[in-house]
Amino acid sequence: MDIIDRRPNPHGKNLENRQRVIARARAAVARATRAAIDGGTLREIGRDQAVTIPSDTLHEPSFHSVFSKGQRQIVLSGNKVFSAGDRLARPPGGSGGGGGGDGSGSGDGEAQDGFRFVLTRDEFLDLFFEDLELPDLVKSQIVATEAMTPVRAGISVDGSPSQIDMGRTMRQSMARRIGLRRPKTPDVLALEIEIERLEAEARDGSDRAEPLAALRGELEMVLRRMARVPWIDPVDLRYRRYTQAPKPTARAVMFCLMDVSGSMSESMKDLAKRFFLLLHVFLERRYKRVELVFIRHTETAEEVDENTFFTDPRTGGTVVSTAFAEFVRIQRARFPDDSWNIYAAQASDGDNSSMDTRQAMSMLEGQILPVVQHFAYIEVAASAAHIRGESDLWRGYAPLSQREPKLAMRRVAEPKDIFPVFRELFGRKVATP
Amino acid sequence: MDNQLLYAGTDWDFSTLRRSYEAIERIACDELGLEVYPNRIEVITSEQMLDVYTAHGMPLTYRHWSYGKRFLQHETSYRRGYTSLAYEVVINSNPCISYLMEGNTATMQALVIAHAAFGHNHFFRNNHLFQQWTDASAILDYLEFARTYIGSCEDKYGVGATERVLDAAHALSRHGVNRHGGARPLNLKIDQKRERERREYDEKIFDDLWRTVPVGKAAPESDPIGERRRKLGLPEENLLYFIEKTSPKLQFWEREIIRIVRLIAQYFYPQPQAKVMNEGCATWVHQRVMTRLHETGQIDDAAFLEVLHSTANVIMQPGFDHPAGGPGFNPYALGYAMMSDIERICTSPTAEDRDWFPDIAGNRNPLGTLRYAWANFRDESFILQYLSPAVMRQFKMFRLLDDTADKDLLVDAIHDDAGYRAIRRSLAQSYDPATHDADVQVVDVDLAGDRKLILQHRTRAGQLLAQPDADLTLKHIATLWGYEVRMQEVDGETEAVLASHSAGPPGK
Repeated sequence: MDIIDRRPNPHGKNLENRQRVIARARAAVARATRAAIDGGTLREIGRDQAVTIPSDTLHEPSFHSVFSKGQRQIVLSGNKVFSAGDRLARPPGGSGGGGGGDGSGSGDGEAQDGFRFVLTRDEFLDLFFEDLELPDLVKSQIVATEAMTPVRAGISVDGSPSQIDMGRTMRQSMARRIGLRRPKTPDVLALEIEIERLEAEARDGSDRAEPLAALRGELEMVLRRMARVPWIDPVDLRYRRYTQAPKPTARAVMFCLMDVSGSMSESMKDLAKRFFLLLHVFLERRYKRVELVFIRHTETAEEVDENTFFTDPRTGGTVVSTAFAEFVRIQRARFPDDSWNIYAAQASDGDNSSMDTRQAMSMLEGQILPVVQHFAYIEVAASAAHIRGESDLWRGYAPLSQREPKLAMRRVAEPKDIFPVFRELFGRKVATP
Repeated sequence: MDNQLLYAGTDWDFSTLRRSYEAIERIACDELGLEVYPNRIEVITSEQMLDVYTAHGMPLTYRHWSYGKRFLQHETSYRRGYTSLAYEVVINSNPCISYLMEGNTATMQALVIAHAAFGHNHFFRNNHLFQQWTDASAILDYLEFARTYIGSCEDKYGVGATERVLDAAHALSRHGVNRHGGARPLNLKIDQKRERERREYDEKIFDDLWRTVPVGKAAPESDPIGERRRKLGLPEENLLYFIEKTSPKLQFWEREIIRIVRLIAQYFYPQPQAKVMNEGCATWVHQRVMTRLHETGQIDDAAFLEVLHSTANVIMQPGFDHPAGGPGFNPYALGYAMMSDIERICTSPTAEDRDWFPDIAGNRNPLGTLRYAWANFRDESFILQYLSPAVMRQFKMFRLLDDTADKDLLVDAIHDDAGYRAIRRSLAQSYDPATHDADVQVVDVDLAGDRKLILQHRTRAGQLLAQPDADLTLKHIATLWGYEVRMQEVDGETEAVLASHSAGPPGK
């Protein structure tokens, strides 16, 4: 009998089978992930996400028969009151007596039930953002190169001891020793043994003086030569050379601008929040580092933390240009546009003080659009109030977005619109040369 | 040393396992006379247990999405707390591998060793079904081969191509079993020898006079279809075997994959047929072993109470109207009840038992009787032979007649003198694999002509194939066959065609 402890064995034996399931049901799983978002579980994006897909994508058919008509007999347990000859009404559900264990029940059941399983965050996001890409990734590849990293760059003759390249050094040493005919240790030993032998013979009385002297002279020469030609000489040393190479690290900052004036209801803010979160998760997929800046505004604008941004209600009028001024100030101070990819998303119900719209437009066109990669304007509207036509901001932005491809604007009325709008904004466009 | 406690409390370590194993082995092999394969006990975590589940308890399998699906199902239901994991899984192999969960208490480990490493192990080694259909000493190596081979096919021919064959073969895995062990495939040498012998015999008894005897009109040049079917060994119910050997389009590696699926299906063929007996045997053995350990003072009262509690949970049989119940019997419950009942009949029979089981009642050899039953029956025949009125009363069995022409269900037999035999016959029949598996056979194919494969489903009364599944499966067959496949469902008695399906190969 053997007892084996298998617990330390490698885990995740079924990882590959799992990936195959997802690959097989890819379309269904992708649909389900999006449905999960529409269902309002966006807050859970950070965690493992359970999705339910229709099980027919993973159905394994086989021949099995079903009882359709005729007679059959079923033995059951737990009789309390029946006697032979009693009649029972058929239980609802049709399959009579509860299936009788002929395997048909399970077969039918499988086809209807959904198949539920939990995706890891990575799997989920992969599927979720499939086919989406960020506009204008050029900057991230060329400009954002602030970090330097050492790169191997050949061999040099000086360096720190920790960077000695032993293989190269020994190769140099051997070449030099062969070139300078350094005597080998076995030769020396052979000479010494020979001398010893002759000395022993001399002690026995034979006359070995002459060869002995010659050999001793030779040994002295050899030893001197060995001392002159060292085993390793400083000229043999070779070092690995490193140079500092610039390493492109893409990093991005995302500005969230939101109108928090009294006209923005909680449900509108919730819509805005969904969009911001989606954009944030999406940016995180593409960039190592994503900074977030939250700017809220009424008549005045200020930078706040995330929690305040979404939860702290304010009252007052709406002056959009204050938020733009804050944006420009923060961007110039902390996020120079030559080393950051800058994204901005603005959410508003479209109200603005009528005097301000013109100024806001000019700031947007003159100071903001030139530095950002993308500027998304989301106009949220409570679904009922959506019909009232174009808002102040929409009217102002619309001509600008015709001229400026960086400015994208969409209307969102319900949570389920968020994802389609998002896909519209970031859907993969036909590649342009 | 017999009255020394093997362990105290719930914690265990490997020396506890070893001590328990040795004590259990003494009881199981010396007192109960069990014959087992050498045991290998492996301790695993819950995640590894899920892995084992996934592969139907095979220690290793090739890669396929269906295993991933099963893993996800088990994982989800486990994580949501719908199901708890088994305490053990045992594999019919030589050496017999038992997986023990690390989370079990010391008592549970002992119980599980008795249950799996001795109960199931004895059954695997001695039951005739397992002896006939499975080769316990080769299965581990074969699975290893299968995994490597299918992996190499994926590398050479692509995951998609391999998956296509596996999907199709899996759909037919229930129809890949050689049910009749006696049937031998045709063998050229033997055929030639037989042919030669017949010719020699003809020559020996040749008498020219017979030529002159007038005969009626010579029989028409026998029927070519019958000849063709005979040469192909038709009808053939082992669909996978037939496709593997005969399909005109398959590559050699595709045939090998089909063979792998077929042999693994064959390995699992006996399991569902002997589930009641297998579990009954294992439960009876563990209960007996643990009781003996308690009697001999090797486990304390607390541990024995845990054993009783656990066994009681396992052999619970909810009634038909209980929310957790339903049709069908808990194999542990029915199996254990019948094993205990046989023991009772052998040792202290009632007049009724003497009437029903004259050959074993009061023979005072319960162990021998049980071992004989374990070796020579399967569920169906075991119930037909040994289900006693006492057990039927214990389970309060009754029989319903479900006639679709009638709007009500009729209770046509209950656990009384008039009903015992009827109930026993019906219950045994419900364990007959022939009533579960659809009888689908290859009946004809014209390899020299249009190569259309003709299948036939011989239905039992009112049982047609489930519709969408039948077409999907037929499509899988067409994938393997490469030409059109047609299936007719005929009435088993009247030969009337009830339905027909057909499917063409993909891409046509």
